[in-house]
Amino acid sequence: MSATSVAATEQYDYDIIKKFSVMAIVWAVVGMSAGVYIASELAWPFLNFDSPYLSFGRFRPVHTGAVIFGFGGSALFATSYYVVQRTCQTRLFAPGLATFTFWGWQAVIVLAALSYVSGFSQGREYAEMEWPIDLLILFVWVAYGAVFIGTLMQRKQPHIYVANWFYLSFILVTALLHTFNNIAVPVSLFSLKSYSLFSGAQDAMTQWWYGHNAVGFFLTAAFLGMMYYFVPKHAGRPIYSYRLSIVHFWALSFMYMWVGTHHLHWTALPDWASTLGATFSIMLLLPSWGGMINGIMTLSGAWDKLRTDPIMRFMIVALSFYGMSTFEGPLMSLKDVNALSHYTDWTVGHVHSGALGWVAMIAFGSLYHMIPKLWNTQIFSVRLINAHFWLATIGTLLYITAMWISGISQGLMWRAFDDFGNLQYSFVESVAAMHPFYAMRAIGGMFFLTGMLLMAYNVFATIRQGVRDAASAQARSAVATA
Amino acid sequence: MDWFAHPENTKPLGLLIFFVTFCAIVLWVYGSKKRSEKLEEHKNIPFLDDEDEVKDKSNG
Repeated sequence: MSATSVAATEQYDYDIIKKFSVMAIVWAVVGMSAGVYIASELAWPFLNFDSPYLSFGRFRPVHTGAVIFGFGGSALFATSYYVVQRTCQTRLFAPGLATFTFWGWQAVIVLAALSYVSGFSQGREYAEMEWPIDLLILFVWVAYGAVFIGTLMQRKQPHIYVANWFYLSFILVTALLHTFNNIAVPVSLFSLKSYSLFSGAQDAMTQWWYGHNAVGFFLTAAFLGMMYYFVPKHAGRPIYSYRLSIVHFWALSFMYMWVGTHHLHWTALPDWASTLGATFSIMLLLPSWGGMINGIMTLSGAWDKLRTDPIMRFMIVALSFYGMSTFEGPLMSLKDVNALSHYTDWTVGHVHSGALGWVAMIAFGSLYHMIPKLWNTQIFSVRLINAHFWLATIGTLLYITAMWISGISQGLMWRAFDDFGNLQYSFVESVAAMHPFYAMRAIGGMFFLTGMLLMAYNVFATIRQGVRDAASAQARSAVATA
Repeated sequence: MDWFAHPENTKPLGLLIFFVTFCAIVLWVYGSKKRSEKLEEHKNIPFLDDEDEVKDKSNG
């Protein structure tokens, strides 16, 4: 226990960060369990038990909502409040408002999950919440923006560190996306049902403008903010190139907004819009890889840490998956590749190489670094982190390999013709052919979930240890005073 | 003002503005050795509040 860390716990507002960190772990367990369950339903359909409440259609948004907004969102609230305080060397602005963001955000996740299971959904991917929940999100998000910007404004450090730029762009763009994607007219004040302002191709374009930028700014830019603070901090060496991080930020911000239309190739969308999305997707490879190289090269001269430090391993493997999925994404955005990949499991595999490999792993690394500091203690077990790392890596690889095979097979089966020009396979034949890969995917998910359960136990034991350390230190100081 | 009401005019204009702005940012970041050194100093900010942390070892 260093004197500096004691000072840090007093100097900064850690209470709100602790709350969000704990809930990030809780939602990760809930969301990943739901994910394993729905993956198992696809492999072994009896698990639907003929109950609408357990059906894939209702449970799938419970999974995506809990992992993206519950786990990812809580981890981002926690780390952004931590990073902005430590890099600005000031306490959080409006702590009461920060507490509101915690309770408000948790209410959003719970209400959303309950509404999905009950059959209420506005049917917009990653934005299934009905209008009253959308309004609550709006209030929470404005409060979040006020706390973050207010903290930046009262900083003691003249320069705003680049990680905060990424967090800020995530907050601003998410506000923009959420507002425009959810403009709708409720059927009545006491009805959850509403109708979107948009229709037809415009509605599809709005949804995918939201959908891909949610990936771009919620799941990429924000987690890059995490990366730009926690990778250098944990490695004990500054980021490889600060100038590259600036160019990375602006290039990502300029380009990401344009790529959503690559989700709508070969549809009623105008061809030029589709081509524009593909072109910007290809260009996006450059800043993405620039950022990945910047993160990985931070370890230059200290590669031995990868052998000895599983937290560092989480972070570097996360960056490797970031590089891989940002190569795969532009590839899949090409119209000819998309003709094969779209509507198949390849897309699901691509999403999960980013979600499990990049988002979850960088979040695990950052939380493992941050949680002991919040409770002013050491991590309970490094061996458990190591076990978690291998379970997560094997789980991710099993998942994406299964989906690659399944997706490419599906694409090839759907486009196969016989000598008479008829479709060679019926749809149900393609479903039957996928069964082994669906089982393999579910097993991959089980590996990942097992690792997550180890993390939950390790974090619980670390917090318990921190609380006990604090209590005994307090008792010792009381005895010394007496 | 009528000229701005046509998307076929404003789209290329928007592209031009964004492209020029981006080029200006890149030039600003890499254009001057003195500015480069100043910018690179900011990489140590995460270590300023921890006196026991190791600062710039080799990168940059």
